[in-house]
Parts: sequence; C-alpha cells; structure tokens
Amino acid sequence: MTPNATALPRGAKHWRPPSLSARFYPVWQRNLLVWRKLAAASVLGNIADPLLYMLALGYGIGALIGEVGGMPYIAFIGTGMVCQSAMFTASFEGMYSAFSRMHMQRTWDAIINAPIALDDVMLAEWIWCATKALMSTLAILLVLIALGYGRTPLAIAILPIGFLVGLVFGAFGLVMNALAPGYEFFSYFFTLVLTPMLLLSGVYFPVEQLPTWLAAAAEFLPLKHAIDLARPLMLGRVPGNVLLHVAALAAYAFAAYYVALALTRRRLLK
Amino acid sequence: MGAVAAATSERPGGGPIVSVEGLVKRYGGQEVVRGLSFDIRRGECFALLGPNGAGKTTTLRCCLGLVDPDGGEITVCGEPVPKAAREARIRVGVVPQMDNLDPDFTVAENLRTYGRYFGIAGAVIDARIPRLLDLAGLAGKAGSPIRTLSGGMKRRLTLARALVNDPDLLILDEPTTGLDPQARHLIWDGLRQLVKQGKTILLTTHFMDEAERLATRLAVIDRGALIACDSPRALLAQHVEPEVVEVYGDLARDWAERDGRRIATRLELAGETAFCYARDPRPLLDDLAAQPGVRYLHRPANLEDLFIKLTGRDLRD
Repeated sequence: MTPNATALPRGAKHWRPPSLSARFYPVWQRNLLVWRKLAAASVLGNIADPLLYMLALGYGIGALIGEVGGMPYIAFIGTGMVCQSAMFTASFEGMYSAFSRMHMQRTWDAIINAPIALDDVMLAEWIWCATKALMSTLAILLVLIALGYGRTPLAIAILPIGFLVGLVFGAFGLVMNALAPGYEFFSYFFTLVLTPMLLLSGVYFPVEQLPTWLAAAAEFLPLKHAIDLARPLMLGRVPGNVLLHVAALAAYAFAAYYVALALTRRRLLK
Repeated sequence: MGAVAAATSERPGGGPIVSVEGLVKRYGGQEVVRGLSFDIRRGECFALLGPNGAGKTTTLRCCLGLVDPDGGEITVCGEPVPKAAREARIRVGVVPQMDNLDPDFTVAENLRTYGRYFGIAGAVIDARIPRLLDLAGLAGKAGSPIRTLSGGMKRRLTLARALVNDPDLLILDEPTTGLDPQARHLIWDGLRQLVKQGKTILLTTHFMDEAERLATRLAVIDRGALIACDSPRALLAQHVEPEVVEVYGDLARDWAERDGRRIATRLELAGETAFCYARDPRPLLDDLAAQPGVRYLHRPANLEDLFIKLTGRDLRD
C-alpha cells in the first residue's frame, strides 16, 4: 500500500519493508478468543507431550546417569524441553493453525476486507505464535519449579527467551505456510528442520558429545542459542554471551518474518 | 475497447461513490481487465454482469485495494485506491463469494470480532447486533454456533457482518450463488431494504433474474472490457427485440431452417432450441400454430437474451 507501489517492477513490491502497526491487535485478540474457547484440547496437546517426555526420560535415564552439565538430568532435559516446546508450539501454530485460518477457513480474506492490511494480519499471527510459545514455556517452567528446580529469580528470564524462540519458529512456520499447497507439506519442515534441530541443539544431551565438526555447526542453530541462555538461568547464573545469543535469535526471527511476509503477500495479494 | 462511454453522476453535490477509469490488470502476459471504466452513483444498485472469467472478481479486488492495478484510476468513497485503500474500506462492507465466517465463534461473536477490525468498541457493536440479526432474519440466533446454520443463514450472517460498520457502500461478489430459491429471495429482500435506506450496492452476478430484480444500472463486461452500461430497461430497448418465441423439441431445427429464419427478425439456434426474436410475434405464432408436433413458448425479452446477444453462446470456464 505504499504510494509508489504500482511504480515498482513486478514482484519487487512484495519485498517492501514490513509495516508494523498496532492494528495487529484485534486480529491477535481474535486468535486469543478462539484459543480460550478450545483451551483444554490445545493445552493438552502442546504441554502434556513434552511433560511426559521430560518426566519419563528425566527420571528414567536420569536414574542411570545422575548429573549432566552440572545439574540433575531431569533439570537438564527439563530446560531443554522448555525451549523445545516453545519451538514446537510456535512452528505448529505458524504452519497448521495459520494454514487453517488462511486457506481452509479463509479467515484472513475476511479480515483484509476490513480496514486491516495483510501486513497487520501477518504481524498478529507472528506475535500470536510467540504468545503460544510463551504459554508453553511458562507451563513447563512451572512444573520444573514445582519439582524443586529453577527456584531462582533468574528463571523468570527464561520466559522472554521462550517468546523469542516463538518469534523465530513462528516466522519459520509462516514461511512454510506461505509456500504450502496443503497440510502434508509441513512434514518436510518437521523431518528436515525440527528433528535435526532437536537432536543437535543439546536438548537431550550436551552438544559436546557430538563430533567436533557437528558440534561447531550446531552453534549456529537457533534452538542451541536459546538453550545456551536458558540452562545457566535455571541454575541461577547469568549466561555468557547474552548479547550474541539474543542477537542471533532476533536476526533469525526478523529475517524469517520478512521472507514469510513477502511470500504471503505474493500468495494472497493477486 | 471502451466503445461505450461510462455514464457519470449527474447528481449535484455528490460525486460518484465509485469511479473506475481505464482499469487494466494483467496476470502473466494475459490482460484480464482491459481498460474498464464505470461510475457508480450514490444510492444505486449497480450490477457487474459477465460470464465466468470476465474479470468481475478481479475488478472488485482492485476496488478494495487488495490487488494493485497495472493501469487506471480508482476512487472509492472519495479515497484514491490502492493508495488509501484502508481508509476507503472503513466506509465499505464486503460479502465475499465464498463464506468465511469464523467457525469457532457463535453468530454474535462473529459480528463482535468483525466490528473490532474496524476499531468499533464492543459495546457499540453489541448495541447494533439485534438490528443486524433482525435484518438478516437471524433474530434469536445470537448464541448459535456457525455449524448449526444453513447455507442461506450463513450468507445472511455474512451480509449482516458486512453491515457491522454501517458502510456507505456494500460490495457483494455473487451473493446468492449456491442458494435455494427461498434463500435467494430473502437476500434480495434484504438488499432492497438497504438500498431504500440509502446504501449504495455494487454486486457481481451471472444470474440474470438477480440483476433484473435488483439493479438500477448494470454493466455487462466480457473478456475484461465493458460492452454495455445502462439501466436494464434501456439496455433491453437498445439491444434486443422485445418479443421472443422459443421453439424446442426434435422438429425445432427443421422448422427454424425452413420457416423460422424467414419470419423472425433474428434467430439463434442453441442445441434443440431455436430462439426467435421479433418486434411483432404474430407471424411467428401463426406459422407455429399450423405446425403439428412443434412445441414453443412466447415470452417478453429479458436480460438473459441481452446477455447472450452481447457475450455469445459459447461456454466459458
């Protein structure tokens, strides 16, 4: 909707900078209201799964190996699970749920007939993905605290990390959404991105256990950056390289959001 | 193109509520809208009529600022589009071709949520909801989930949703496609009421009876260009002979070639039916009365005849 949009060469106008406006709010609020109606099912789906893994592996394997990385294994894997569940929740929301709203229900079509631009809808969806990631982060963190771990004021700082992880993977999910012909398409992202991310970022075991070259490559993974921030915080310590990790996560988030927005404009504004 | 000059508003004080001037839209190498021009006056019901693929929906999307045109000027509710499309949409209500109500919400929640997209406070919308539901024939359904509504009810709720911002202009893309006759009449009644209240309506349709009943003026477009624009009555008077005799059945073709072409002013064959057009139908009817086994129907010319004459009988997809 820039004044000179028509003067730009074909295609280029989709890559204009994102418009960031408070108009995203009623769209975000719509998602929140729907979530509240269906909360029970969605809480179970998003949170019960990682909790079961955390408890089973934490107690089961934890009994065999004791401490890992200076903390009981259940706290080690629990912190990993906090970040992992933020990742899965936001990815799922950015792909399946956004695709339902965009393509199956045509909710976005209805919204952009009102005085709300597609940029506002995308911003709302992006922040909504991160909001849900934040909710998962909080739920699993509360369970860890109930179990007696992470009882330190610094653990609160894990919440914004969960939100940031949500922005990264929500944006990744929205890129996939913009390209998806159908729901089946999203399984590529699980197989090719999320599963390797999960196994290489140190959720279940320290990255140092990997071959050196692989461990070095893992340093670039967004989930690794998040876990490097979250684990020390669980132990009440300020993590090293905070700025680097936060900047890396923010860079992934904004770059992916920009791509998602441009691809979505190309898909819908024609 | 542009053989027909677009009529401009003659009403003093109020310029046209929609003005489309030389609109061009290309997809790939193909020009789907080719220099389309028309004006819509305040308070009228204006129909865009055209076969599938004529460019109707693309034209609407351009008017809403959802697609950037490749050429031409559009003004909607005084705002230049697409430059100030969002400002224009504040004054517009839209009924899309495909239902896109929020399936997770009730009837009232759908209206409330949609109103918030216009920045309208919840209390203001809540005060409007009973009147909107009345108009849509959905009184008492405020708390019903969407999945319990029939197709006609969903359409009417979509119409009510388009009115939540009390728009000056209502844009409807094939509002009654897929509805049964009863449901269509309900929608038409609603639209006529809205015109009486002073709303302007822009609708697309390929139903001739719909255009005939509702439209004060209509534009026939084909292959992205305007081929006629006027009131239904004026268009009929200008383009089509007033009387039609349809002759059908096995013998229709033989009769048409032998007698029909000679007697009718204009005759068209389509499948097993011969359409005979004339100012005076009596010679046709006299001749047919003497033909045993030929079945026929005499009727006044309607918009369908006009449409077929202007856009041809070949199938479009």
